[in-house]
Amino acid sequence: MNNIPHRTATNSKTQTQNSELRTQNSVLSTQNSELPHMSRATPETDTLQQWEQSTYKYGFYTDIEADAAPPGLSEEIIRFISAKKEEPEWMLEWRLKAYRHWLTMEEPEWHNVHYPPIDYQSIIYYSAPKKKPQLDSLDEVDPELLRTYEKLGIPLEEQKMLAGVAVDAVFDSVSVATTFKETLAEAGVIFCSMSEAVREHPELVRKYLGSVVPYSDNYFATLNSAVFTDGSFVYIPKGVKCPMELSTYFRINAMNTGQFERTLIVAEEGASVSYLEGCTAPMRDENQLHAAVVELVAMDDASIKYSTIQNWYPGDENGVGGIYNFVTKRGKALGKRSHISWTQVETGSAITWKYPSCILIGDDSVGEFYSVALTNRRQQADTGTKMVHIGKNTRSTIVSKGISAGRGQNTYRGLVRVNKGAQGARNFTQCDSMLIGDRCGAHTFPYIEVKNPTAKLEHEATTSKIGEDQLFYCNQRGLSTEDAVNMIVNGFCKEVFRELPMEFAVEAQKLLEVSLEGSVG
Amino acid sequence: MINKPERPHTVSDTNELILARDRQLEDFSGFLDVDGAGGLPSLKASRKAAIERFAEIGFPDRRNEDWKYTNVAPIARTAFARPTGEIPYIDAAELAPYRFGDDSSPRLVFVDGRYAPSLSTNGATTKGVTLLPLAEAVRTRAADVEPWLGQCLDDTNRPFAALNTAFFEDGVFLHLEKGVRVESPIELVFIATAGGDTPLASHPRIVIGAEAGAVATVTETHVGVGEGVSLTNVATEIMAREGAHVFHYRTTHLPDEAFHISTLAVRQEGKTDVTSCTISIGGRITRNDYHAIMAGEDGLCALRGLAKLRGREHVDNHLRVEHAAPACESREYFKSVLEDESRSAFTGRIFVHQIAQKTDGKQTNSNLLLSENAQADSRPQLEIFADDVKCTHAALTGQLDEDAIFYLRARGLSEREATSILVRAFAGEIIDTIKVDALRELVEERLFSRESSIDAGAPGKSGALQEAV
Repeated sequence: MNNIPHRTATNSKTQTQNSELRTQNSVLSTQNSELPHMSRATPETDTLQQWEQSTYKYGFYTDIEADAAPPGLSEEIIRFISAKKEEPEWMLEWRLKAYRHWLTMEEPEWHNVHYPPIDYQSIIYYSAPKKKPQLDSLDEVDPELLRTYEKLGIPLEEQKMLAGVAVDAVFDSVSVATTFKETLAEAGVIFCSMSEAVREHPELVRKYLGSVVPYSDNYFATLNSAVFTDGSFVYIPKGVKCPMELSTYFRINAMNTGQFERTLIVAEEGASVSYLEGCTAPMRDENQLHAAVVELVAMDDASIKYSTIQNWYPGDENGVGGIYNFVTKRGKALGKRSHISWTQVETGSAITWKYPSCILIGDDSVGEFYSVALTNRRQQADTGTKMVHIGKNTRSTIVSKGISAGRGQNTYRGLVRVNKGAQGARNFTQCDSMLIGDRCGAHTFPYIEVKNPTAKLEHEATTSKIGEDQLFYCNQRGLSTEDAVNMIVNGFCKEVFRELPMEFAVEAQKLLEVSLEGSVG
Repeated sequence: MINKPERPHTVSDTNELILARDRQLEDFSGFLDVDGAGGLPSLKASRKAAIERFAEIGFPDRRNEDWKYTNVAPIARTAFARPTGEIPYIDAAELAPYRFGDDSSPRLVFVDGRYAPSLSTNGATTKGVTLLPLAEAVRTRAADVEPWLGQCLDDTNRPFAALNTAFFEDGVFLHLEKGVRVESPIELVFIATAGGDTPLASHPRIVIGAEAGAVATVTETHVGVGEGVSLTNVATEIMAREGAHVFHYRTTHLPDEAFHISTLAVRQEGKTDVTSCTISIGGRITRNDYHAIMAGEDGLCALRGLAKLRGREHVDNHLRVEHAAPACESREYFKSVLEDESRSAFTGRIFVHQIAQKTDGKQTNSNLLLSENAQADSRPQLEIFADDVKCTHAALTGQLDEDAIFYLRARGLSEREATSILVRAFAGEIIDTIKVDALRELVEERLFSRESSIDAGAPGKSGALQEAV
């Protein structure tokens, strides 16, 4: 992350790297076309080796000229971003306020992850694909972009009707294409990029932006508040059930560009929405900082379901490269009987640092957190949730499954707090860890703080490995060891997968299988 | 003479902590001059090293994760003095309610951290057992003390343990030779007096060294005498060589204003059994730090604790159990019963090193909230670097089961009686593990004879809890 000085050299380097990557990519795609469980009788050591060497399957790179700001962070850069996005004055003021506050903050050190110091002055805080004239149809979209989408499986073309999913593709910080807008507009749902929302719906953005995660919240959220480039905005009006699942594919593309996404979802009284987020990123050898903020607001009887599949570049077998994923996600269950549910499947990134949280303010509100986090090679994850019970009879459920393999370090860190007024609060927490191999680690750091005697809290945790008898049982019935491991891991994660929307559940299961390839303990 | 590293803090509370730290450092210069290290010159160096570490850490503020739930400002801002002059007279009768053994078993009594021979008895001496006040042992048996003193106490991030090393004046040295079995429990009593002109602080140090195959039971009783502020900062070291068994019981009976800090450092070789049970009764702030390292195969370490709190009492149990060898078993069972505005905190960490395959670790923290204003914080933590382990932890916080109360009420018991029975049952899981009968009975008596606010609210029925017992 420190070799920015040779910025002129970057281009040529990118080119070479790019062609290299393409070659690698074609090799990969041949590999990909094979069935995942071809190597049935491979000896354990071989599969283990194979797996450790298995490269990142989505490591391709799109060559698009980026309209980027010079690296570094200053008030000028923030003014530049704001001007680029044609933002109103108040938005710029808010960014600057955040930036000035950020300067007074210290980077947190309490987390259980290790990484070299980040040079915030070497990051490019803004990069956008070259501005094209407004497009009428997909044909006018850069074919390079379309190919990337295809590889990602984004149903922008004919699949879009089949999939029935509205896609707001954030490509390198700027929304390039948005579909299904009309269907949504009919229902009164606003689903657009954050920059568009700032321009088109300033009153809503102004009201809710920073209302859940204030600009001063934490080091990375404050940085995001200062420099966020884009993200999604969803507004579901009173009584509306969103007619389709909403999804956004984030993709990091230009070299050295930190992605600072900002997502805001507001569900008015009685509204409901399911939002899906999935990520893959191109292969690269420099660490990339990703500091996103997601805010959810649920009014009376509203329900928001937020699902994530995160599969960014985890770095190579030596832990070089890979994304730093420092995300702040928080939902405010403001209304009575409101419902916020987080589901995440985290398999990528060199470092994952995120705690999707629920602030349960409304009486009878419900918060849920379902998580599968997998760390392999030298990946590190410090993830979990916070459930803050403020209203009466609030309920929360936490189910966290951590899988460590290779030299991965997996930490669950969670807080359950019951405030004094939270009569009848109820929490159930289950966090299970599974270790595959003897060089990985699994850690559990729950915090349970109770100030009300009527609260009922339960916390359970187990740590285990795949038993030899389990494997033997499967082998005996003709399953390869690899299939058996996949089956056992999928069973281990079942409670979380069944919370995912259908198409995501299938994808998640596949992703886990791919990530676990050859990991026979 | 000692560097005072600058720490960039702005909060006034933090300034207070820094001032308090500096006061300790000044105090130390005076202390070193009067302290005769006797025949153990290395002690002076250890003291200096400890105070330097303390100078670095200072008193912890609440941004320190280890001290998140305990505010030490009330301790830090009190100007404690070291006890000087004659040991105050304590009537043996005053101790009677806290004593359980007869005079045949050895008993060492300390007043404000200094040995009080008139209250102590040697008991029947067992061959192969050295039991001496620590100051005397350092003076006369330095070579015997040296291999044990400070060997398992790691004060790197434990400011109070560092203060103990810097300031301890006396304490206990217990050495068990190979294969020695001590039948009757060794009773250690520490009295903290209060009510004088200046509040007193004492830093007793207990050093227990058990050679291979030795077996002993040690009870550590802390009693507060007189109303007012006092601070006891005790550090206990237990080193168990191959096959040794050490059973350690600590009970604290403290007046409302007393502060009590304890550190228990354990180091176990193979096939050892170290069991410790702490019962906390009374006191304004009680903090129990544990650090156990299992360095040999097939060891067992069982740590238990029970706190029954009322008023504004505060108990914080903070544990770190390290599995540094394969096939060890660790158990952490901590419970608290909370009334009024009391608060309990539990932090348990089982740390499994990569080498420690076949580890079996279990950790449970249960808290019973009997009042709307009570608070329980719990952090049952696991840190695991080996794959073939069995580790579980569980935490439960809640109130009494309504169905259970209903069941008892349906059988004619009053609500208070029903509550009392259920609380006893809850506490019983810890109390019943005390193997010294007399001590167990004493603990039960002390725990349940205490005025309970549950009764206080109902005139005429204030004896209900006792009756139900």
